[in-house]
Amino acid sequence: MSNDSKNELPLYEVFIRSKNGLDHKHVGSLHAADAEMALTNARDVYTRRSEGVSIWVVKTTDITASSPDDKGSFYEPNDDKMYRHPTFYEIPEEVGHM
Amino acid sequence: MTEKEMLVDYLLRLGDNSLILGQRLAEWCGHAPILEEDLAITNIGLDLLGQSRLLLTYAGEVEGKGRDEDKLAFHRDTMAWRNFLLLEQPNGDFAKTMARQMYFDAFQYLQYEALSKSSDPQLAGIATKSIKEITYHRRHSSNWVIRLGDGTLESHDKMQTALNELWGFVHEMFDMDDVDNAMLAKGIGVDVAALRPAWDQYIEEVLAEATLSRPYVTWSVRGSREGKHSEHLGYILAEMQFLQRAYPDAKW
Repeated sequence: MSNDSKNELPLYEVFIRSKNGLDHKHVGSLHAADAEMALTNARDVYTRRSEGVSIWVVKTTDITASSPDDKGSFYEPNDDKMYRHPTFYEIPEEVGHM
Repeated sequence: MTEKEMLVDYLLRLGDNSLILGQRLAEWCGHAPILEEDLAITNIGLDLLGQSRLLLTYAGEVEGKGRDEDKLAFHRDTMAWRNFLLLEQPNGDFAKTMARQMYFDAFQYLQYEALSKSSDPQLAGIATKSIKEITYHRRHSSNWVIRLGDGTLESHDKMQTALNELWGFVHEMFDMDDVDNAMLAKGIGVDVAALRPAWDQYIEEVLAEATLSRPYVTWSVRGSREGKHSEHLGYILAEMQFLQRAYPDAKW
């Protein structure tokens, strides 16, 4: 209970793989004392209706996020460089959906 | 008792255990210390309710007197209930709920593991289906006992007190009476007395990790197999059965 003055357990982010072969997807967050408790809590909070086959939990504080202020320098330089997008050739029929 | 009556009684014992503990856990709904635990604890209660539905339905079928799961759950008075005294004990604080839960989860795991090899295919099927969720229940309650025991001074004391308070109720889980022996002889039931060493070992391992001590309590009570309950069961039934008693066969 040492993480903050509100006397709350640390926050964990939960990622669930809904089916074998798919990626883990972020589904939400929860409070837990440690990783083991976060896993069992995630099982109860997010997989009660058989939504998953695998769970990852990560301490929220361990995630480094990009800042909204970086929007200009991070993403905008790509907006006018259409040649970086592979859209200038035809996909053969047989390939189907890519 | 005829053989059929014994099987009905045996099934009621199993079903009533799950139903009464499930009902107790439902009392935590909206009251658990944190949201995550609120969901976990009621989730486990619903697992137990599911077990009791299968078992009571089957007991009614074997009995053949037209009683279904609802009749058995809502139209029986205290003396006809066969759940362990441990399970009807009040929730108390969170530590007490977890102590009760771990004592029973550890027992039920061993009991259902053996029942999954029962010569009665329907009972074996119910046990095989349930053992997966029981494995999770046991992990959940044991983790809390360890966490609270090996937590702060206050949580350690509360956990030890809870374990001590309920210790006198655990012994009747391992009793064998005529019904148990008859069911064992038919290959339907389980020799619960033989499960005690494995249960003791499991509990000792958890308590050791939790830095808690095995309760030293000399008193013990029993009586569930004859329908002799503590005063608490009547209050549970009063709440649980009210609707069906006031408006018999009400449907929604």
